[in-house]
Formats: sequence, C-alpha cells, structure tokens
Amino acid sequence: MKEKEIMVVCTHPDVLSTILRLVNSRLQWNATGASDFKEAYELGRKQLFDLVLIGAGLSDEEEAALISELGEAKCIRHYGGGSGLLYAEIEGALSHA
Amino acid sequence: MNTERQKSPTYILYKNDSRGTANHGWLKSFHTFSFGSYYNPERIRFGALRVFNDDFVEGGMGFGEHPHDNMEIISVPLEGLLEHKDSLGNTTLIKPGEIQVMSAGTGVYHTEYNKNRREPVKFLQIWIFPKTRNVHPRYDQLDFSSKLQQNKLLQILSHNKDDEGVWIHQDAWMNIGAFDRDHLIEYTLKKEQNGLFIFVIEGAIQIENYTLSTRDAIGVFGLSQVKATAIDNCKVLLIEVPPFLN
Repeated sequence: MKEKEIMVVCTHPDVLSTILRLVNSRLQWNATGASDFKEAYELGRKQLFDLVLIGAGLSDEEEAALISELGEAKCIRHYGGGSGLLYAEIEGALSHA
Repeated sequence: MNTERQKSPTYILYKNDSRGTANHGWLKSFHTFSFGSYYNPERIRFGALRVFNDDFVEGGMGFGEHPHDNMEIISVPLEGLLEHKDSLGNTTLIKPGEIQVMSAGTGVYHTEYNKNRREPVKFLQIWIFPKTRNVHPRYDQLDFSSKLQQNKLLQILSHNKDDEGVWIHQDAWMNIGAFDRDHLIEYTLKKEQNGLFIFVIEGAIQIENYTLSTRDAIGVFGLSQVKATAIDNCKVLLIEVPPFLN
C-alpha cells in the first residue's frame, strides 16, 4: 500500500519532533516537519501531501492562509501535541479525504 | 424520574464494558473515546469533550515526560496520590477531593507519577478542546473537599476565573457530587445548546429509561435541565460542554 505523505507544522521544536517520531512509527505514514509558516508554505507548494496537521504556534492568519493555499479538505488543526489523539486524528482525516 | 423535554433530546450511552482498554502493566486505562491505539470512529468525542480516560496506575509508576499543545487537560483523582511536574516549573501533589487543570496552549511538558510505591492511584483524565488556540500554557489545582455536601452538586470547573472551581479556555462546566439512594439529581445547563456528559464514578442512577451503574456514562443533548435519580448511593461527575468546536 502506498505510504500517506503527512506534513506536520509546529513551531515548538520538541513537540514537533515527538509528533514526527510517533507518525513515522507507522509504516503506512511518512511525516515531514515544518517549523514555521514559511517552511510549511514552501514545502506545500513543492510537494503533494495527503494530509497537513497544523499544530501549535501559527497565528490565526497563518493557519487560514495555509488552509487556503493547501486545500481545506486535507488540512486539519491538530490538537494535543504528541498525544493519544494523534492516530485517531490522522485515521479520521484520511478516511474522509 | 423525569427529564424536562424542550425538543427531541438525544441520549448517547457509554457503558462501562463498551470502553476501549489499554493494559501496559503499570497502567490500565479505560477509554470512553478513541485514544492511543483504541480507534472507534463512532466514539471520537462528545461535543468539545475529547478524552475521558479512567486510569489505574500501579504504585511508584507513571507517565514519563511527554508534550502536549492546544488542549485543556483536567485530572480528577479518585484514589491515591499523584505527583505532577511540568515545564512551567510546577511540582505538586494531587489527591482525591482536588482537581488539576493544565492549559497546554503553545506547548508544555509534564510527568504524572503515582507518589505511593505500594498503592495504586486511580484518576480520571479529561481533555476538552480549547476555544482559543495557542494560549500561554498555564497550570492550576484546587482542593474542593471542604465544600462538598452530601446530596448537592458542587461546581469544580468553569470557563470563568472568577467563578467556583478552576477555569479553562472553553465554555465548559464540571460538577461533582455524592448522593443518597432515591435522591433526585438536577442540573440546569448554562447554555441551552450545550450537552451534558454524566459519569457514574460509583453507585447507580436512572435517567429516563437508562440505568447507569459504576463507570457507565451518558451524554445528553437537547435539554435545558437534566434530572436523574440515585437508585443506589452514588458519586457522579457532570461535564457541560459546547456541542461543536468553536
């Protein structure tokens, strides 16, 4: 089965690395991190992602701009950090993609 | 047993034995909603209430350092002594009769350990979506034990820092109470569109045609006032939450 490409955006470096580690522990998912809006924006324009998790640290305007640029259907606001919600959040979003 | 009808109310029953489970040896957890490796698309959340975990932690064991962001995280100890440490510089102990709240906001690290090496700690871990993202992280805890009165609900959480109990970044309220058998439990919702999640910590209650026993829960939407009857001596936790993310 083709890996799902997932971008994780979070300005908190430790939270970002934890989320990346957890997502990449699943064989069918491949996660790439972006540590700020600019990096996420440029990454999103260069590569096609199945899902973008917008984590903590972006302003409301940056979140809206990212969703607008990358397509709302595959962008979700992520809650909880590297927590027990992550898998349900991704499974739910991918099943509705 | 009556419940006032305004429009057609919706009841969602969460029976004790229908919960997801995780057994890590040192931790036994019962998940009302999808959490960790338990994923049930029919059990994602009740309004803004996203996590309701019933945790049993063996003596001296606990959750090592891990991060959170953008979540209101509430702990209600039921037995034992829990030690909390976080990246905000807090080191505290929390016991039954107290409530702990952490607004994860832009990011926070914490550990939660059973302080007692011999006795298990039992606590409810409750997560509520914040209404505002990326708030400054904060921690608080409150001892409400001296305010508890038999057969009365006590508010232990709200959205208002000047109101009773601790506060969070969401239009939510939490009440706790112990009731004698046959006593009526009444709760008037603060906002008509909100839902009420009722968890039976111990004992049994009757609400409409539903009988709830220890560790059962029910979610109710579409009522302005909810009435239940204690059909045994009981202890209940009530959580009022908005129906959707706002």
